[in-house]
Amino acid sequence: MTLIAATAAAAHATAAHATATTAAADTHGFLSPTGVEIAFLLVGLATFGAGLVTVTTRQLVHAALWLVVTLGGLAVEYLLLTAEFIAWVQVLIYVGSVVVLLLFGLMLTKAPIGRSPDADSGNRWAALTVAVAAAAALVWVVVDAFRTTWIDLDGPAAGSTAVTGASLFQNWVLPFEALSVLLLAALVGAIVLSRKAKAEMSSPPVNSRAVTGSSPSAPDSRNHPIEGNRLNEGTSQAEQEGAR
Amino acid sequence: MTDAVDVALRLLVVFVVFLTFPLIVGQTEHKVMAHMQGRLGPMYAGGFHGWAQLVADGVKFAQKEDVVPAGADRRIFQLAPAVALLPYLLVLLAIPIGPGEGAVGQVLDAGIFFVLAVMGVGVLGSLMAGWASANKFSLLGGLRTAAQLLAYELPMLLTAASVAMAAGTVSLPGILDAFHWWWLPWQIVGAIVFFVAGLAELQRPPFDMPVADSEIIFGAYTEYTGLRFALFLLAEYAGIIVLCGLTTVLFLGGWHGPWGADGLGWVWTLLKTAVLAFLVIWLRVTYPRLREDQLQKLSWTLLVPLSLAQIALTGIVKVVIS
Repeated sequence: MTLIAATAAAAHATAAHATATTAAADTHGFLSPTGVEIAFLLVGLATFGAGLVTVTTRQLVHAALWLVVTLGGLAVEYLLLTAEFIAWVQVLIYVGSVVVLLLFGLMLTKAPIGRSPDADSGNRWAALTVAVAAAAALVWVVVDAFRTTWIDLDGPAAGSTAVTGASLFQNWVLPFEALSVLLLAALVGAIVLSRKAKAEMSSPPVNSRAVTGSSPSAPDSRNHPIEGNRLNEGTSQAEQEGAR
Repeated sequence: MTDAVDVALRLLVVFVVFLTFPLIVGQTEHKVMAHMQGRLGPMYAGGFHGWAQLVADGVKFAQKEDVVPAGADRRIFQLAPAVALLPYLLVLLAIPIGPGEGAVGQVLDAGIFFVLAVMGVGVLGSLMAGWASANKFSLLGGLRTAAQLLAYELPMLLTAASVAMAAGTVSLPGILDAFHWWWLPWQIVGAIVFFVAGLAELQRPPFDMPVADSEIIFGAYTEYTGLRFALFLLAEYAGIIVLCGLTTVLFLGGWHGPWGADGLGWVWTLLKTAVLAFLVIWLRVTYPRLREDQLQKLSWTLLVPLSLAQIALTGIVKVVIS
């Protein structure tokens, strides 16, 4: 999951990067970019680098934290493109919630300190192909669609909350509602799946526990990650010492 | 030139507030808790009623050795306190304390989103600390932190959205400009939900399961000593300031009050913030810690429905009066 998200983020960054280059080339000539454009390029490069590290590092939690850097870099890019609202929503949803959920999952399963040699995929080349193809498609589409579009900085900022809200609920309300329904369906599906799994898990002790009415799931699941972590501490310590 | 001076001055003021107000809240907590429990609290440091106790504590923390456990992930372990503390400094920039554009660090178009987004980032610091310490208590604390954040972020966002609906804007000064006194009874449920969810996000008692000191020994901060531990503590108290300031601005009318528009607005903001901070301390002394399942239950079965009901009420009233 991390891999896909990071690849997508990296692809986004590349696409944004490419538009910046064309914009710079057309308005001011290639060799005299403005400060904002230079900042945009540098942040884009940093974001791209962070995305690369996210997918290549062997340390699971480090990957998640590099993902934070990647998503934060994207938020800065949005800010530089005057899309303030989108930038803060990006931080709120991705950095504040999605990554926290990821970290929660990583900590709940065993996420050892140090490298995990098995945290590698045999599909490396397939993933690279998909990532490059996705990036190429995005760059091509974005450049083709917005080659002649300029952000008008004199009027109301194009990405401000009022403008975004108006266009979202006047021009794009149908896709918006469709997406809402899609997300709702996903939510209901997740609840159904989790309920089924729970019913199967707790079916053996039905006779003994269900009568007393105690909830079996919470205290049991809490002990596992720690033991996993403790087991891994020995190996990771040895590895770190070896590294020094 | 004057622009640069203006910006520098604002940053300086925000920074000074960031450094002093948490200490004031901390000292108040020492004294208020002590008197509520029939004690005197610190009496010696600085002479008058132990006013310099936290300064002395700071000196003590600075002198301690900075220990990083051998099995820990060094860099993440060392980075975590900064990640926990800095977001609150950024949030302070956006909180208006008076009418007009002169009384806020930086006017932001999407102020509510900025504030809530950046506050959510602060929790990453606790998660990093919990994981990188290579300690089972820390890991438990980190897990509990994450679970708590996921549960309480939603009601907080929903109630903030309710205020934004009422005001028709997501800019913090804009919300204050649109405020009327009758918003107080109208948004009171939202205010309570926001404040409670904020307390849980800060891991303040009675929602301090992630740092339960008598059980998992301060959770994610078990392995921290010296200055880095002090930074985590500072983050907690800065968080109290930010939460109380935000509740004041969103629900209690900020600078509104007698003579509020005539230059005394900042007094009202500070006064309301101080009363809320006192309430935070009071709650710590009053209520026992909630168990983990009780925490989750409170959020999902009480706060989320209440905040949804508040949004519905806001929508109905908004349609009726327009």
